[in-house]
Amino acid sequence: MLDVYGTKLPSRLLLGTAQYPSPAILADAVKASCASVVTVSLRREMAGGRGGEKFWSLIQSLRLRVLPNTAGCHSVKEAVTTAKMAREVFGTNWIKLEVIGNHDTLQPDVFGLVEAARILREDGFAVFPYTTDDLVVAERLLAAGCQVLMPWCAPIGSALGPVNVTALRSMRGHFPEVPLIVDAGLGRPSHAARVMELGFDAVLLNTAVAKAADPVGMARAFGKAVDAGREAYRSGLLEPRDVAVPSTPTIGRAVFQ
Amino acid sequence: MRVLVKGAGVAGLTAAFELAARGAAVTVVETRHSLGDNASWMAGGMLAPWCERESAEQPVLDLGRDAAGWWDAVLPGQVTRAGTLVVATPRDVGELDRFASRTSGYRRVDEDEIALLEPDLAGRFRRGLFFPGEAHLDPRRAMAALQDKLAERGVEFRFGVDARHMAGFEREIDCTGMAAGDDELRGVRGEMLILHAPDISLSRPVRLLHPRFPLYLAPRANHHFMAGATMIESLSAGPITARSMMELLNAAYSVHPAFGEAAIVETGVGVRPAFPDNLPRVESQGRTVAINGLYRHGFLLAPAMARQAADLVFDSDKPAEHADETHCQRRSA
Repeated sequence: MLDVYGTKLPSRLLLGTAQYPSPAILADAVKASCASVVTVSLRREMAGGRGGEKFWSLIQSLRLRVLPNTAGCHSVKEAVTTAKMAREVFGTNWIKLEVIGNHDTLQPDVFGLVEAARILREDGFAVFPYTTDDLVVAERLLAAGCQVLMPWCAPIGSALGPVNVTALRSMRGHFPEVPLIVDAGLGRPSHAARVMELGFDAVLLNTAVAKAADPVGMARAFGKAVDAGREAYRSGLLEPRDVAVPSTPTIGRAVFQ
Repeated sequence: MRVLVKGAGVAGLTAAFELAARGAAVTVVETRHSLGDNASWMAGGMLAPWCERESAEQPVLDLGRDAAGWWDAVLPGQVTRAGTLVVATPRDVGELDRFASRTSGYRRVDEDEIALLEPDLAGRFRRGLFFPGEAHLDPRRAMAALQDKLAERGVEFRFGVDARHMAGFEREIDCTGMAAGDDELRGVRGEMLILHAPDISLSRPVRLLHPRFPLYLAPRANHHFMAGATMIESLSAGPITARSMMELLNAAYSVHPAFGEAAIVETGVGVRPAFPDNLPRVESQGRTVAINGLYRHGFLLAPAMARQAADLVFDSDKPAEHADETHCQRRSA
């Protein structure tokens, strides 16, 4: 079972809770996906007073572990403040740390990310940093105390799937013991299966499910794909060959050609 | 039959009309002192069931299809039937295909057709979707006109009065939205701006698709435009945030740079009442029929909900078909 910050997760799918047609469909999709963790974004409007408690109670009713995020934060200070607010509101020290460097591409600001990760780790947070596939940044994040890394495989919401498989492979190779969760950029169940086949520990996605014509069906499909990819990885994949090899043994032939 | 309608938002006013039209003696009671300051007052007024289908379920299209006809028949002159134009910036042009794959009732338009539909947008967008069957109205004018029409027909209005002080009615229609205090209801905050941009004319609502900050601009009289609207899971009705305002203004500016010169005439915040499935309900309990959960579809779905409520009041044996259907669908899903 996947172990992150001392917590064992029964499923290797983490699902975001934004952009669904309705909370009812969100709840059905989460159930269909068998996800073990849901991410929630904290809007300032939700904190304090009578904010979004109805939505929050719906999330709670799913009885899953909640991973709040710092979506939309563009500076270290903003991300740290939001993380602290999220700890109060959601009652967890888990935080998916996003420090956005570019408003349009939502590319992580890796410099701010490392700094914010260090601050939050020192403050006792279990930090899940949303990062790129850069190995040096990954090392810095681990040095800052992170025990999990969440590399993108393509920009958030792009649905492109793994655009740089080589980089993902080398990341897996460099950090064989660190839980690696592919976050952002997955568009299809086959993308999820692909990164799981590469040996990634889990995937986190949102838009591909929330914006599907049938989010519940798509959530179920992603759940199966994650399981399939994981099982394939554990079962030892056949490496590609350059020549054809018949799968039917040629019994009864006198001479092999 | 004497009927008390609680709440003078779009649900209450349309219900009052349907009931009065079937011969009920209707009184509308509203705790506020005038028509304004509720979710309906902040609405966009788009009668756009085909576009809404992009994110809403099928009942929104089924129930909203006849809304433009209802408003046009009840308030001649208030409805503009000019369709909806959906555009995207070149970078987000893929969003148009995504939107198209979720909707129906449109035709694809190119740069020339966009220029014919909206001359002020000539040369600004290469591709778009045009939904010819859609319509729009100005919610505030429509509500005021409907109030006048109801008053003409003998409907009594009591503003600034608590409904608990009203007695002697055979039936009650609860149209109080969030104030109804239904356990399943939640608030979805929406922020909007009213811009006055004298250099721009639009004949129909324009929707700008964007992966994160979709915007609509609904034209109002005299070069006024409503720019909206955010969707935030929150009951807070506090003032619009700087971020939301920047997002809305950025999007408006990318529809046309002349919006950079617009005067911001008003900022508004409304809290939409919504059930977990984001679909409206008409429910009967004892002497009371409740209409609620109109979410972002007040003007679009209120006529159908009002008819169902009136059906329940006048023919209690007949169930409210659509409301029941939507319930069952969700429960069996």
